[in-house]
Amino acid sequence: MIESIKNFSSDFFVTGDPLIYGADVSIVLVMVAIIFVLTYFKKWKWLWSEWLTTVDHKKIGIMYLIASLLMLFRGGVDAILMRTQLAFPNMDFLPSDKYNEIFTTHGTIMILFMAMPLMFALFNMVVPLQIGARDVAYPFLNAVSFWTFFFGAMLFNLSFVIGGSPDAGWLSYAPLSETQFSEGPGQNYYIWGIQISGIGSLASGINFLVTILKMRAPGMKLMKMPMFSWSVLSSCIIIIFAFPILTVTLGLLFIDRYFGANFFTLAGGGNPMYYVNLIWMWGHPEVYLVVLPAFGVFSEVVATFSKKKIFGYKSMVFALLSISLLSFFTWVHHFFTMADYKVDAFFAITTMAIAIPTGVKVFNWMFTMFRGRIQMKPPMLWTIAFIPTFLVGGATGVMLAVAPADFQYHNSYFLIAHFHQVLIGGVVFGFFSGIYYWWPKIFGFSLNEKLGLWAFWLWNIGFYVTFMPQYALGFMGMPRRVSTYGWDMGWAPLNFISTIGAFLMGAGFIFQVWQIVYSIKHRNKEGAADPWDGRTLEWSIPSPPPEYNFAIIPKVSEQDDWWYKKQKGLTKVKEDYKPIHMPKNSGIPFIMGGFWFITGFGLTFEWTWMGIIGLIGVATSIVVRHLDNDTDYYIPVDEIERTEARIGGTR
Amino acid sequence: MPSRKTVKRFLMLILSTFAVFLLSACSSEQFIVLNPKGPVGEVQANLIFVSFLVLMIVIIPVLLLFFFIVYRYRDKPGNKSPYKPEWDDNVKLEVVWWGIPIILIAILSILTVRDTLVLQGPPSEDVEPITIQVTSLDWKWLFQYPEEDIATVNYLKIPVDTPVQFELTSDAPINSFWIPQLGGQRYSLPGKSSTLWLEAEEAGTYYGTANNFSGDGFTEMNFDVSTVPDADFDKWVEEVKATNQPFTMEDYQELVKPSIVGVSAYSSIPPNLFEFIVDKNGGKYYKSNNHTEQFDNSRQLELGN
Repeated sequence: MIESIKNFSSDFFVTGDPLIYGADVSIVLVMVAIIFVLTYFKKWKWLWSEWLTTVDHKKIGIMYLIASLLMLFRGGVDAILMRTQLAFPNMDFLPSDKYNEIFTTHGTIMILFMAMPLMFALFNMVVPLQIGARDVAYPFLNAVSFWTFFFGAMLFNLSFVIGGSPDAGWLSYAPLSETQFSEGPGQNYYIWGIQISGIGSLASGINFLVTILKMRAPGMKLMKMPMFSWSVLSSCIIIIFAFPILTVTLGLLFIDRYFGANFFTLAGGGNPMYYVNLIWMWGHPEVYLVVLPAFGVFSEVVATFSKKKIFGYKSMVFALLSISLLSFFTWVHHFFTMADYKVDAFFAITTMAIAIPTGVKVFNWMFTMFRGRIQMKPPMLWTIAFIPTFLVGGATGVMLAVAPADFQYHNSYFLIAHFHQVLIGGVVFGFFSGIYYWWPKIFGFSLNEKLGLWAFWLWNIGFYVTFMPQYALGFMGMPRRVSTYGWDMGWAPLNFISTIGAFLMGAGFIFQVWQIVYSIKHRNKEGAADPWDGRTLEWSIPSPPPEYNFAIIPKVSEQDDWWYKKQKGLTKVKEDYKPIHMPKNSGIPFIMGGFWFITGFGLTFEWTWMGIIGLIGVATSIVVRHLDNDTDYYIPVDEIERTEARIGGTR
Repeated sequence: MPSRKTVKRFLMLILSTFAVFLLSACSSEQFIVLNPKGPVGEVQANLIFVSFLVLMIVIIPVLLLFFFIVYRYRDKPGNKSPYKPEWDDNVKLEVVWWGIPIILIAILSILTVRDTLVLQGPPSEDVEPITIQVTSLDWKWLFQYPEEDIATVNYLKIPVDTPVQFELTSDAPINSFWIPQLGGQRYSLPGKSSTLWLEAEEAGTYYGTANNFSGDGFTEMNFDVSTVPDADFDKWVEEVKATNQPFTMEDYQELVKPSIVGVSAYSSIPPNLFEFIVDKNGGKYYKSNNHTEQFDNSRQLELGN
């Protein structure tokens, strides 16, 4: 009996690696610390009623933000471990099996559990405020989105200490990801972590699309909508079409692994090329859907800090929508080296074509600054750093799109440098810019600028030091995903420089954490309602906004409505309050997420009974919610008056 | 805020480290992709230079303009440059910057299509090509020379100035076959045979590598390619035939098992082994495989699978 428990646990828990034991210890310590703090300060009830059950988009946004910063830390540690292993030739820091796990989790976490939730954090924190709405279209579904994302991400991360991490690359090409080559739970963790959080992503896509289309304040025609909301709309269109492809692809892969089917296996008429095509039919639109909202942020920031209207509004909207459309016609450029040459030529041209609207956006941002008055505030700094970085990253992207040349770049460090340049320079800088920009709005205090400046320079210098040498390494023939290399190829010096850069970016992240902690301790609430002299509706209400956002729904007549109201002195609104209809908090999304976690965990270990219990729980949660009629309430007028008086709203 | 001086010093430190490393360690010879030793690599290196140049013609002025704008319109007291907060539209300008990328992309598209077509056939038309059948395994490369009836593992020898038609397949996860100095790579796929044309112009030893992640031993999957004059190549073939054992089906079954092995050579190969490998991985379902002879299922039994 004891023997069998021993056997089970040595398979179940990952053993034999000091890194993992370290992780085990720190997970236990953090859990104990959290439980202790919550109990000591009697915060359990607060946690449950204010956060875990909330359907308020602003709080959900904050939870997305916290989760994505944690994941940025995890993915960043992965990156630092990899760069340490590659710092010198013939290093023995990570053996190849660990290295494979770490680059797999790095990629998956950074895209799906860092960039996506950071994007949803911005959607949630900004979109309803910007379009003058009191919440998203489906607040309950919004909470479901968050908790499915959260439990999916937790499931994926659990693989590090229980069962073993996936190790077939962030897109897990079949047949490598099939049972024949990847036995054990790692690959199942990958499938279920992504599937469960994918439910959340798709639901959010639908939710924000409907919110933007149906819940704009009166007078805000689509062509008067702020640019960030336009970018969210374009991004949601991509989500709605792309995520079902991912769900189906991973579903088929799971059927292959669990039931021994042959969709992507060699025998039985299956074809691994189906997998490669399908995963990139999602994967390519995916990178555009994360970068579009970053473009939206830049548009807002550039206009605000240049004190000037965005240049070429119509052309910007057209560019956004055409990128949404074109993003579905480029996927083959990820495997020119597999496809037929006629197909290559076609997809090379569609890929390059996407540079046209993107280039136009860059010109429009530049000409928004032209004849403006540029204020170098933190959000603007990130935007200014973004433009040259993205220009160069875009140029190397076009170089990669030249199909015959791609045969030499493909899967080399040139490619690694390129996509990090557009993802860090575009998405990460963009989302940071957005976080710095809207932070005072959501939290009601501003972030310390001095620490932010340190973070900014460390990130920027670190970025160039890390990735410029990698372009050169590509020309020296260094393939991606090699776990070590010898002295003979001359790759050592550039790899060493690249590692220094990774540590600089790590230091930048530490400064950001310090900045946040410092700013929470030394709260500076001055002028948080409209600290940047903003142009759009979110700056017309107090910071942080009350749960109902707008005591009186604004009437919009212009693009950049708030700016013109300020110019014309029309900021006062008649205090003619009416009761506000609000959704009630609900614990069901959290519980349903928990059941999804149980389902995913059971199916990961192929314990069918556990999977079935989890699915019954999910179904029960849905039924219980369906039978519940007590889901909304009204805030009475006198309470609105009290709140508005307290927070100094309705100026 | 870090003083301007500290930032400057910091930057200088980083730049100088960079420069020292670059100068001391990287001679241009090491940028093997840009130093091709064959016509295919040359076409690609030229395309890399040309596309880089075309892009830089646009990117550099745009960057300069960008820095100029940021400098000139900064919000400083006494800045006399014009400030027009409502100026947000200009059809002429918009036409210009829709036009610039369109022209740029048009040029690059033409180059792309031209060279895509060029690289389809043998690099030299007037020389008789040789064929090498490449199989990526976990985690080694099997090279079969069907015309010479020999095989090697983890190293390649080819004659110079002779086009080589590599037929690629995999009996393991998808991989990619890449010899940067001779030219670009191509995927080796289970169940499919695909073609890659390369040719060497200079005798020498070049680096070849696996370039698509295939599991634990992937890092070890690099190999040397030596290119020799015709006569030496024939001599080498005879030497291989004289000094090695034949490659049998049993040897293959052993080689397929996941392992990392050194180099070896064999004096003969089982007939149609390559077709067997392709077909056993589902190749029979493709019509596009370019080996003409459909592998006969009865032979499959005979070969022990």
